[in-house]
Amino acid sequence: MMNLESIPIQAFLIVSSALFCIGIWGLLNSRNAVRVLMSIELMLNAVNINLITFSSYVDNNLIQGQVFTIFVITVAAAEAAVGLAILLSLYRNRVTVDMESFNLLKW
Amino acid sequence: MSIAITTQIICFSVLSLVILIGALGVVLLESIVYSAFLLGGVFMSVAGLYLLLNASFVAAAQVLVYVGAVNVLIIFAIMLVNKKEDLKPISDIKSRRIISTSICLTLLSLLIRVDLTNVWSLSSPQNSIGEESTIRIGEHLFSDYLLPFEVASVLLLMAMIGAIVLARRDVMSKDISTGLPVDQELIEKSSEPLLTNKN
Repeated sequence: MMNLESIPIQAFLIVSSALFCIGIWGLLNSRNAVRVLMSIELMLNAVNINLITFSSYVDNNLIQGQVFTIFVITVAAAEAAVGLAILLSLYRNRVTVDMESFNLLKW
Repeated sequence: MSIAITTQIICFSVLSLVILIGALGVVLLESIVYSAFLLGGVFMSVAGLYLLLNASFVAAAQVLVYVGAVNVLIIFAIMLVNKKEDLKPISDIKSRRIISTSICLTLLSLLIRVDLTNVWSLSSPQNSIGEESTIRIGEHLFSDYLLPFEVASVLLLMAMIGAIVLARRDVMSKDISTGLPVDQELIEKSSEPLLTNKN
């Protein structure tokens, strides 16, 4: 399936898979809440790379992947704003950003 | 894409190396400020990959929204909450690390296997629309994606109002779970010297 006139699609997909897994690792292992938000942004970027790659390689006439990426970027911006606002109000009340001490909803 | 294949391969290798090393730095570095600036570099390199994939409008949107807004927001949040604190040690940190790392490596090997073994039904690269993609995105946004486009505007308004409400200054006088009074000194930053107690 590979044609030699362009970069194979697998290269982009592998980069995005690795970026996604790095994001998951950071999400699971960070103790700083800001770093958790950064890991979520990394995972969203991996998804966006996947969408753009498929839009460019699989259907390059109807570029629906690029439209989807625009929406994902919009939702990611909203998510970052609300997440950091939640983080600020948590910090006001708890005076820490340690993920281990945020156990308000724990059973 | 009109540039030669060797140039494309060089650009792709450099960009993906910067992305992966930068992402590792974001999750592994000790200082959160370095992580934030490396995150900006990762976002810029992802925009470069979009350019390589003929998505110039999305690359511009990525630079504007991610580097210009999200990254600046994260740096502001770090400036507001960056207090040196000694984290409490967790007893089973080692087993947690081992389990999470093995889960991530398993997922990575699974994804790479799917990437390599699946037979992708690629379209021929001759009919790439390239430069006209921005026009096509506009047509999509105002015809078949009109409803999601309008819903996204409502979502942004809701996120803005929600962020303002959440980050407002009136705080509870008591901690919810412990019942102890909240240290109001830490909220009014003006009384706290900024540089002296940063050991």
